[in-house]
Amino acid sequence: MMFKKIKEGIWEMPKQGQMKVPARIFATEKLFGDIEQGAMQQAVNTAQLPGIQKAALGMPDLHFGYGFPIGGVAAFDEKEKGVVSPGGIGFDINCGIRLIRTNLAAEDIKPKLPELMDLLFKLIPAGVGQKGKIRVEKNELAEIYSRGARHMVEKGFGWKQDLERIEEKGRMKEANPEKVSEKAFKRGMPQIGTLGAGNHFVEVQAVEKIFDKDIAKSFGLFEGQAVVMLHSGSRGTGHQIATDYISVMQKAMEKYGIKVNDRQLACTPIESQEGKDYLEAMWCGVNYAFANRQAMSHWIREGFEQVFGQDAESLEMEVVYDVCHNVAKFEKHKINGKEKELLVHRKGATRAMPKGRPENPKIYAKTGHPAIIPGSMGTASYVLVGTETGLKESFASVCHGAGRAMSRHEAMRKKSGEQVKKELEAKGEVIKGKSLAGLAEEMPEAYKDIDEVIESVVLSGIGKKVARHLPLAVMKG
Amino acid sequence: MFELFEHKADAGVRGVGKSKEEAFAECAKAMFSVMADLKKIGSEEKFDVEIETNDLESLLVDFLNHLLYLRDVNEMLFSRFDLYITNDGGGWKLRGRAFGEKINKEKHGIKSDVKAASYHQLKVVEKNGKWLAQCVVDV
Repeated sequence: MMFKKIKEGIWEMPKQGQMKVPARIFATEKLFGDIEQGAMQQAVNTAQLPGIQKAALGMPDLHFGYGFPIGGVAAFDEKEKGVVSPGGIGFDINCGIRLIRTNLAAEDIKPKLPELMDLLFKLIPAGVGQKGKIRVEKNELAEIYSRGARHMVEKGFGWKQDLERIEEKGRMKEANPEKVSEKAFKRGMPQIGTLGAGNHFVEVQAVEKIFDKDIAKSFGLFEGQAVVMLHSGSRGTGHQIATDYISVMQKAMEKYGIKVNDRQLACTPIESQEGKDYLEAMWCGVNYAFANRQAMSHWIREGFEQVFGQDAESLEMEVVYDVCHNVAKFEKHKINGKEKELLVHRKGATRAMPKGRPENPKIYAKTGHPAIIPGSMGTASYVLVGTETGLKESFASVCHGAGRAMSRHEAMRKKSGEQVKKELEAKGEVIKGKSLAGLAEEMPEAYKDIDEVIESVVLSGIGKKVARHLPLAVMKG
Repeated sequence: MFELFEHKADAGVRGVGKSKEEAFAECAKAMFSVMADLKKIGSEEKFDVEIETNDLESLLVDFLNHLLYLRDVNEMLFSRFDLYITNDGGGWKLRGRAFGEKINKEKHGIKSDVKAASYHQLKVVEKNGKWLAQCVVDV
């Protein structure tokens, strides 16, 4: 595939054939060489969708997905017949990351980590098909769909100031539960406050290195500090919302004269009834995921309180920030010097709005909000911040993780879960997992090198490093 | 028979059989084999399944997604399927039963979660008297 370097860290395939815009990938030379043809083709397919603006983008962790690539960003203009595509957001609507700080030193808590992880494992329901501890009826679930993390805070899960530290303040106002199917309601009721399985996790980390002292200070981060990272999404309810509307759009596409070369790219115009319905339902999924992470944050605080014998307030366990990496949102961006309102799809990509943008909460107005990037199991994670270059080049988006380098199959053939666990434990990490087979699939070698991924972000200028964290203990579904 | 085929981030599930029904059932088994040790899943409980779609390929995706819905709502894993697929000229219809048992973490050798079945690499075809049904599932 003919991608050419157009700037340091940016590769482009010019517009050709059916493409409406170019396709661009942000990567170092080394990383670019490792991106599979299939993922590049998927970026090119995305560039053919109606109303797409500027370029179909691939973040440095780009890899082969279904329909859209994972690590893809695509923005559409409603006024130019732009589309909305559930496949461009993914089944796990608002899969995302929350970072919680503490005032504890990582060194000091090490001896207590086994006890802490045992307790978190009891407090946080996890694993395939696991029901939650919270029981909600249909009317309360509708509240969660409408009001997200806000509802959970009012119910006593977490602190009021947490809301200020979540994308969209923990609630997409435009969500409309009437657009959510009965099936999605039924899947949502038993699973609120559950971690899930696969690559979802709770990880205790040590802040190993600070790159920007002033910004880190505003984020409440310092070297040697113990922090907690939480990765989870909208569970079965989000999967059902996506499934329902992909099916709706399959049938409706013809009516709008839209043809796609992979059925998973199914889409309809943003202004169509199907498009509007999906957006209102999808935002319910977004709110569900915010509420889900809010409930689990409460139990993380509870776990720390019990093990360290102090309340979470005196441990200063503030939420640093909570980001979505599977979502679509309306945002204003400049295209050829003209400001436009675009529907920005991020599938496996993290928003990183620089300072000065209205999306930032007041507390981060002077810095831009934290963009939280988890590494793979056993490797580093990063906190980044957005830049003006990012706003211009990537619709203020950066990567969402390391990105898979090896299929689950390949990983399982290489090593057993037992072996992976032993290797990580030999490095001093505490590992708690519901499924050993699941651990094998998530082994560090199955992912790209997170440091190289972050170098790509820095090289292309779309984001700036603030802090690097190392894992101390992890709990997986 | 069923098998898994390679996909970088997710998993490809494929069923092959003498009939459409067998291929669909085997494909569903492939999907549950991603989640758990299929041999260890009993078949004491049964659920009725009824799906209608315009095309045969969507029938497979909707069927697999319906099984995931039943899994979440009833905390079930499935291991056996009795299916009937018909076409009345206006569209495709699948009727039948899914047999399985309640999820038991100790017993079933739980592996990974399957979030949904996708239309990616979706195929339902007949070749030399053999049916093949496959797609990529999001793990």
